[in-house]
Amino acid sequence: MNIVCAGINHRIATVDVREKFAVGPHELEQTLARIRSIDGLAGAVIVSTCNRVEYYTASVCPIRVLDGLRDYLQERTGGSDAPLYTHESPASIRHLFRVASGLDSMVIGETEILGQLKQAYAAASACGATTRHLNKLFQHAFRVAKQVRSETQITRGSTSVGSVAVDLAGKIFGNLNGRTVMMLGAGEISERTARSFVSRGIGTVIVTNRTFERAARLAEEIGGMAVHFDNWHNAFDNVDILICSTAAPHPVVTREKLEPLLKQRNGRPLFIIDLAVPRDAEASLNDLDGVYLYDIDSLEEIVRQSLEVRRAEVVRCEKMIDQHVGEFVGWMRNHISFLK
Amino acid sequence: MDRSLLTGATFCLLLSFGYTLYALGAGRFRPGLVNLVAILGGFVLLSLDLWIRGRVQGACPINSLFDVLVFMSWSILLIYLVIGPAYHLSLLGAFTSPLVFIVLLFAQLGATGASGPWRMTARDPWVAFHAALSLIAYGAFALAAVAGLMYLVQDRQLKKRKAGTLLYNLPPITDLGVANGRLLWLGFALLTVSFVAGHASGAHVNSVKFLASVLIWAGYGAILFLRLLRRLPPKRTAEASMLVFSMALLALPVIQYLSAPK
Repeated sequence: MNIVCAGINHRIATVDVREKFAVGPHELEQTLARIRSIDGLAGAVIVSTCNRVEYYTASVCPIRVLDGLRDYLQERTGGSDAPLYTHESPASIRHLFRVASGLDSMVIGETEILGQLKQAYAAASACGATTRHLNKLFQHAFRVAKQVRSETQITRGSTSVGSVAVDLAGKIFGNLNGRTVMMLGAGEISERTARSFVSRGIGTVIVTNRTFERAARLAEEIGGMAVHFDNWHNAFDNVDILICSTAAPHPVVTREKLEPLLKQRNGRPLFIIDLAVPRDAEASLNDLDGVYLYDIDSLEEIVRQSLEVRRAEVVRCEKMIDQHVGEFVGWMRNHISFLK
Repeated sequence: MDRSLLTGATFCLLLSFGYTLYALGAGRFRPGLVNLVAILGGFVLLSLDLWIRGRVQGACPINSLFDVLVFMSWSILLIYLVIGPAYHLSLLGAFTSPLVFIVLLFAQLGATGASGPWRMTARDPWVAFHAALSLIAYGAFALAAVAGLMYLVQDRQLKKRKAGTLLYNLPPITDLGVANGRLLWLGFALLTVSFVAGHASGAHVNSVKFLASVLIWAGYGAILFLRLLRRLPPKRTAEASMLVFSMALLALPVIQYLSAPK
């Protein structure tokens, strides 16, 4: 028995090509039935996400199956010559393990793909399209992904400014429930960052902007409250996280303004996220006890560090995967079957 | 006296410490089952050792500096095992094990009193209660110092704006500040009760010992009083708890020498 994989992903095809190959949930059963009619193919799982469309099949005759898959895909995409990649065992097994572990993803180490693989496998299994070898292969892939994630740092850190900010807030406050965010300026990035906090259960959002109407509109959209820009310091007592993104040419949050406000906070930490260029918060605020100031450069630097750490971990992950590929190939040798 | 239990406990703490260093090197630094089992094993062995020596001596085994260090190590582990899970501060164990390992190692290699002939001391129960409770209070103060150290490390990580392994694996700084404060309160309450018990015994107290003990008590009292007045922010509390504990640790041999049965 051989595991055959054919597909396209974000590396070899642009979105306009990938969308032609995409298999929606509504057509999955029909597509599975169609490709199972390929001569020599015992079973199949179709993985279709925004970044990849892959067919994993079990077959005793890989050449015939690959030809059949190519014909089917040409027919499906209206005859266009697709830049398809194909793998046979053991390369196909390694490929699936790498995909499950997030090593083949656009953002290395992302975890969403594992859920998508699980869904694809469950759907194929529900249609009766999987075989013993495919069952074993996918279960093994899920185990590999779990091990890679828990024993390496491939998922460490965040890979966007918004999620880095939320992670840092977690490292300062722990639980974000009941915390208060103040948005000083209602720019697009600060809005996205504030929405990240809202999705993590932040208690209150206060929006302030030089144009009060804009602040009011945004506050209404994200379920917060608006205050007048000139009065922002009056609403500061309960603020835990301050997101700055005004277009002011000089610092709005100065040491002179903040120090008296900090005295009323009883040592509660303050997390300042300064997304403005030029910066809204004086750099020396970071020297104050309990104040943690991150500007756009420091947040982007953390994103870069996280990606570097992930890239450095790839070698370790590949070693783990190689070992599992060997185990699985060994299992396949001991369980030769021509049908299911 | 057979020291195999004590050696076993020291080995368990060394194992936990070694695992922490290994995990740190591998970039994980998440205390797992290994740390917990090693600390639990160390605690059980220390408990057995104390129980056996207590039976031999016919009293709570805190008659020499060696005894005191072993009992204090046991107290630190006891308080860690009680409060660690409650505050979700499992990482405290990664910092606690090296501290207890060093104290136990010092007790075995440096401190005297254990290998000599046993001094069978019939102590007043109030005095024994006072001594045991004081050492448990020291255990709480030790953990407060550990939480304080973790607070300062995390504060530095956050100020440096570098996404290092420690930043991701240490608990949130707010939780560390809360744990530091609560451990100080626990230690202070225990020490106060132990002083009351010492007073109730009516035993004669050496003036130097009395002064050293009162200074330690007052030091912790001042920290907590300033916290109540909101005059001591969490970072300063963390620093103060480490400073006062260092002083208490230095004063411990003196107090022990002056209060040992002559």
